[in-house]
Amino acid sequence: MNTAHGIQSAAWLLVALPLFSAAVLLLAGKRADKWAHLVGAAVPVILFIYAVMLFFSVKAESKGNREINLHLYQWIVVGTFKVDAGFLIDPLSMVFVLLITGVGSLIHIYAVGYMAHDPGRRRFFGYFNFFIAVMLLLVLANNYLAMYVGWEGVGLASYLLISFYFDRPTAATAGNKAFFANRVGDVGLSIAIMVMFAYLGSTSYADVLFGNAKLTQGVAAAIGLMLLLAACGKSGQFPLQTWLPDAMEGPTPVSALIHAATMVTAGVYLIARSAPIFDVSQAARTAVVIVGAITLLYGCICAFGQDDLKRVLAYSTVSQIGYMFLAVGLGPGVYAIGIMHLVGHGFFKAALFLSSGSVMHAMNDRIDMRRFGGLWRVMPITYFVFVCGYLAIIGFPLATGFWTKDKIIEAALDKGGTSGWVLGICALAGAGLTAFYMTRALVMTFHGERRWEDDVHPHEAPSSMTLPMIVLGVASLVGGYLLVFGGGFQHWLEPSVGPSVEEGVHTVSPVVLTLLTLVVVALGALGAWVAFGRKPIPITQPVGVSPITTAARRNIYADAFNEAVLQRPGQWLSRALVYFDNRGVDGAVTGLAAGFGGGSARLKRSQTGFVRSYALSMLAGSVAVVAVLLAVRFQ
Amino acid sequence: MSHLLLAETAPIHAPSVAYSSLSPIFIVLGAALVGVLVEALVPRAERYAVQMVVTIGGLTAALVAVGLLHNTAETTVAGALAVDGAGLFIQGSVLVLSVMSVLLIAERSVDVGSAIVASAAVVVGSPTDRRLARTDRVQTEVFPLLLFAVAGMLIFPISNNLLLMFVALEVLSLPLYLMAGLSRRRRLLSQEAALKYFLLGAFASAFFLYGLALLYGYANSVDLPAILNASKASPKSDVLLYVGLALLLVGLLFKAGIAPFHSWTPDVYQGSPTPVTAFMSSCTKIAAFGAIMRVLYVGFNATAWNWRPIVWAVAIASMAVGGIFGLTQTDLKRVLAYSSIAHAGFILVGLVALDKDGIASVLFYVLTYGFSTMAAFGVLMLVRDADGEATHLAQWSGLARKSPFVAAVMTVLLLSMAGIPLTSGFIAKFYVFKAAFHVAAPLVVIALIFSAVAAFYYLRIVVLMFFAEPPENGPTIAIPGWSTAVALTFGMVVTVVLGIFPQPILDLAAKAATLVG
Repeated sequence: MNTAHGIQSAAWLLVALPLFSAAVLLLAGKRADKWAHLVGAAVPVILFIYAVMLFFSVKAESKGNREINLHLYQWIVVGTFKVDAGFLIDPLSMVFVLLITGVGSLIHIYAVGYMAHDPGRRRFFGYFNFFIAVMLLLVLANNYLAMYVGWEGVGLASYLLISFYFDRPTAATAGNKAFFANRVGDVGLSIAIMVMFAYLGSTSYADVLFGNAKLTQGVAAAIGLMLLLAACGKSGQFPLQTWLPDAMEGPTPVSALIHAATMVTAGVYLIARSAPIFDVSQAARTAVVIVGAITLLYGCICAFGQDDLKRVLAYSTVSQIGYMFLAVGLGPGVYAIGIMHLVGHGFFKAALFLSSGSVMHAMNDRIDMRRFGGLWRVMPITYFVFVCGYLAIIGFPLATGFWTKDKIIEAALDKGGTSGWVLGICALAGAGLTAFYMTRALVMTFHGERRWEDDVHPHEAPSSMTLPMIVLGVASLVGGYLLVFGGGFQHWLEPSVGPSVEEGVHTVSPVVLTLLTLVVVALGALGAWVAFGRKPIPITQPVGVSPITTAARRNIYADAFNEAVLQRPGQWLSRALVYFDNRGVDGAVTGLAAGFGGGSARLKRSQTGFVRSYALSMLAGSVAVVAVLLAVRFQ
Repeated sequence: MSHLLLAETAPIHAPSVAYSSLSPIFIVLGAALVGVLVEALVPRAERYAVQMVVTIGGLTAALVAVGLLHNTAETTVAGALAVDGAGLFIQGSVLVLSVMSVLLIAERSVDVGSAIVASAAVVVGSPTDRRLARTDRVQTEVFPLLLFAVAGMLIFPISNNLLLMFVALEVLSLPLYLMAGLSRRRRLLSQEAALKYFLLGAFASAFFLYGLALLYGYANSVDLPAILNASKASPKSDVLLYVGLALLLVGLLFKAGIAPFHSWTPDVYQGSPTPVTAFMSSCTKIAAFGAIMRVLYVGFNATAWNWRPIVWAVAIASMAVGGIFGLTQTDLKRVLAYSSIAHAGFILVGLVALDKDGIASVLFYVLTYGFSTMAAFGVLMLVRDADGEATHLAQWSGLARKSPFVAAVMTVLLLSMAGIPLTSGFIAKFYVFKAAFHVAAPLVVIALIFSAVAAFYYLRIVVLMFFAEPPENGPTIAIPGWSTAVALTFGMVVTVVLGIFPQPILDLAAKAATLVG
């Protein structure tokens, strides 16, 4: 592993700078209100410029030398256990750094316009910069413990941002929900780290991942499953997915940042980074694949029951991340494809979220699609960006999804055997469903007759919002092609996740599969058009619908399940504990306190204030001292 | 005729005096004499400033002298005084803390004049008294009095001779009795406190003297090493030895404010002017523990098995009295008084160890406790209402809203007294308990329980300051003058720094943990 030199040694700035600016913005108080958003938006742009320079500096190294270790300082020394604080700059982390800073910058700039009239704008940008800082720490750390700090930081930042409008009960609840779901995952990560320490004696990537001689099957499975739990929490995967749609309560730029560029990709990063562990344990990898397949279908089905545009997008995120999990779970050779889809998803999902934010902005913060309709006329730019994202996500030929998602379907089928077929068909069905719910959203929002109320006057957003949207829209159209062009992206990632398996025996020939996928997608889109495009959309949710629709509207009963199985027994348990605490523990404590207090009050009377009684007590004490000494001596 | 005969058979030689080793004492006594002359010769208007310079100058010079002596370990004046590590550490602590007390006494901006009365001899409530109370006249004799008391405190912990120790005890006590009566506000309470302190102090001194006489009867000497040798070798009955030790201890425990000889503490602490209370609760206590340590370690090392139970007993009694009585006090000065009683118990736990670790832990404890209590009384001076200091607990409720800074400072000091980590109080308790654990594990467990009880009433004040509604006509927070600010900041900084980086002072205490016999 190479040591950082030149520009690479300044990589600590990637974390330190946004952390510093966040501290300044949050601590400066009201006097910073005037310039806070400018500073807040400038920081990620500067980081992006630096990240590009860093990228070229890494690229200039020969292929075998692109894993660069930047040692910062010795962080923890406890006996034989040592943890260095340091960064690992390698192709994988570079991809994430570029994605986070690049898409992050655009979202920051968009937020300048979006949050222009919000009284909490300074706080918002403070949190935003903090988010960027901890997310960069997460992907740059060179050991699991430092990554854990970033991991927790991301959880905290997401909590703060989701419940940004903390005076709204729904937002506060959503923040709590996100935090709790994340905590469940965090437990997994901390257990994984403890297992690493217990069995491998180290938590650094260098020892755990690359010196894995000691990694036995069982240990790898334990670590792998725990890491998967952590990844599920952070990335909103089954069974910890329920927080993600609720997280839409935050301001839209938050949704874009959390769902497109940063937080939810952390789980994918974790698994891709820990590839050597999953390579050892087949069981852990199978679990990843199953989670991915379930989630991708779950997200699709839930998405078409939603009337809230942002919730549709949220469930689409759940399902797209499912695709990524599926890809990274398929193992060596497919990691790069998962990461590629992640980057493409970063573009098109950001475009979709930002344009839906623009719609929301125009519609007085209303987000019910049944109240939209016909918006393409009044918001042409937003419409254009949304369509770009739409084409990319459904995998329209030559748009991003076409390149990246189809490869995942292909890889799933190529896994071979029954499992390959099952996974492949799941992925294929997911593509059709994606087309269905995205077409529904497009039609309900932008087409058909106007259904908005009289007090709403839709208008196009200011240029500070539209410009980043256009950039992302274009990126989601052509980004995918640029990624796959000449296999450059996969070759770039080779040092981190191993070579991609391009050639080999295909279960279904790529051309046939591509055509098949297109047919499925077209069927999905057409179905949605038939169902929603040709007849007027009712303003209220129709009742008496099919059981599938009902289930989809209710998130396939995931919340109900959580409430019945986890929340209620949890409440009973906590009530029982409170009862025990009040009666048992507190009883003992207050009883003791009352005893001492009562004793004190009674004894206090002996302090009369009269010298004669003091002298008498001294005399008694003296007699006692003499008596005790003599008694001890002559016992 | 017989006189002549005696003189011939036992000629008296003047003992050699190591003047340099005793220089701190001479400097302080010299400064005190200069202070007396200042009172006589300098015009009233300039006295205050001149006394300040003389007092602080004298104490600082003595402190420098102690610093220069740091490697000394010798006995002098025919073995009556032992200048050694532990003695010098105690002397240094007393000097540093007495400088801080002087700074608190010198505070003139929070009250007219200072916390010290204009003229102590004027009848309380007389027209003259009322007239003087409005002027900024101050009884500046308090400075030489303090210097004499400090001189006594410097001799007290290094006396290897019980007679000399008794003289030192009186030298330090008599000025304190006077100082206790010098309060500017609530003068009757102050004078009552002074009288009580004097009467009970005299009572305790009598015990000390009686014990001394009995010990002389036993060992034919009042030198501690001689008593030790006698207790090792002598085949004769040791009733005299133990009764003597018991009575001696009564006198010493009284000065250190240890139960059951503590009853003067709350009344005197409450009545005395607050800076004087700060001085008593830190410096007197340190000097008294220095003396107790010397008596027990040098004079009675060989009989430890017999006196240890009594130290156990008074330690437990002290912790219990301090902890339990403190719970229902409503006056902050009394709360701090009971806290000092409880702390004295904790320090005794360290004394039980009877080894170098024990000495070091006691030295560290008395120093850190001195700083915390000094600063806490300093804070007390700032919270005032029309009648002077507002020391009733009810007046402190909601203080954090009025002055978050003062409340935060007080909180840190209270947490230190409660022994919460990251403060010096925690480190001090930890080392005392650690030193005692291998010889007195049950005592340490009891001490832990009582530190939990005591923590309750410290935290009660914290809760009161931060979470209670402020009263209607609540007290005001005075802006301290420079001298109080310096003393407070210093006490506070030491409390925090010794909680985080205690090692240098711990090393110093460990190095100083030698007692020359």
